Amino acid sequence: MAGTAVVVDDSKNLWGGGNEPMNASYGKLMMWFFLLSDVFTFSALLIAYGMVRFSHPAFEGAIEEFVFSQEYWPIPDKVFNAVPFLHGVDLPLVFVGIMTFILILSSVTMVLAVEAGQRNDRAAVEKWMLWTLLGGITFLGCQAWEWSHFIHGTDAGGKLLDGSIFYGANLSQNQYGPPNFAALFFFITGFHGFHVFSGVVLNFIIFFQATVGKLERRGTYEMVEKVGLYWHFVDLVWVFVFTFFYLV
Amino acid sequence: MEQEKSTLEVIPADKAKITKIWKVTGYLAAATTVEFIIALGTDLSYSIKTSIFILLTIYKAYYIVSEFMHLGHEKRSLINSIVYPCIFIVWLLIALLIQGEAVFQALLGQ
Repeated sequence: MAGTAVVVDDSKNLWGGGNEPMNASYGKLMMWFFLLSDVFTFSALLIAYGMVRFSHPAFEGAIEEFVFSQEYWPIPDKVFNAVPFLHGVDLPLVFVGIMTFILILSSVTMVLAVEAGQRNDRAAVEKWMLWTLLGGITFLGCQAWEWSHFIHGTDAGGKLLDGSIFYGANLSQNQYGPPNFAALFFFITGFHGFHVFSGVVLNFIIFFQATVGKLERRGTYEMVEKVGLYWHFVDLVWVFVFTFFYLV
Repeated sequence: MEQEKSTLEVIPADKAKITKIWKVTGYLAAATTVEFIIALGTDLSYSIKTSIFILLTIYKAYYIVSEFMHLGHEKRSLINSIVYPCIFIVWLLIALLIQGEAVFQALLGQ
């Protein structure tokens, strides 16, 4: 069977290295598998939110009569209704909406950076990576404001179970509702925010390498694609956080 | 300063590709806007609202993963190895929501 031996020699062993199984480079494939594991982590967090929420009573009355109480799960519209510079104005979900659009747009500029990278267009990579960085940093700034507002609370505060008035929130008590609500807010948006932060750092490293010509010398801009995958994933997670934490 | 010599040839942009990116952006922005309008401007029942939100979220997730992350254009085996494991999430979702309801009954149910 000499013919068979020749065939084996000609085609490289698919899993023995020097080849790209599934037609994706090692780095891209591993980024995908890492993201899959991250999918499980975020799913676990969001599903835990669902479970804890289902184990608390829901507010039964009309939405206009809603007040913060430890007795039932708060309505997110009523908790996240503040916008910077508009103190005391009830603008439900407006600020979160702005944050959502910022993240989607920075995801778009990232796609454009990846597209420019595939064309070896260094100037366009630099331009779009810079826009992406700007979007990411703006999002982080918005989140910092939102956390600060959540932690410091509203003017009126809310009544705790012992009857005292408490302003804002920490991990064990909060004015908005059952303690678990604030704890989950901190964990879920915090974990996502940290992903955004790492994404900004990774994007900056790749932006820097593109600027100093390192990627050019390497002969490929594929690193832009790899960090791009991570950055889109961060946007994807926010789509789910937005729905299951803020809308539902 | 040493002058850097560019070795890579710049390929001109493909207009159709760029148009596609902005089109997907439009879909995502439109879906988010619809979510807003439904959340704040309508009196639909909670379960209908929630169903619409979940459908729109999956719609957006599909476009982000398929187009922005380019998964839709990868080899079938790569798509499968990323998408199929997500079936475990469905299991976890069902298990924990039932569990949450059970905790509610145990704590506050009659």
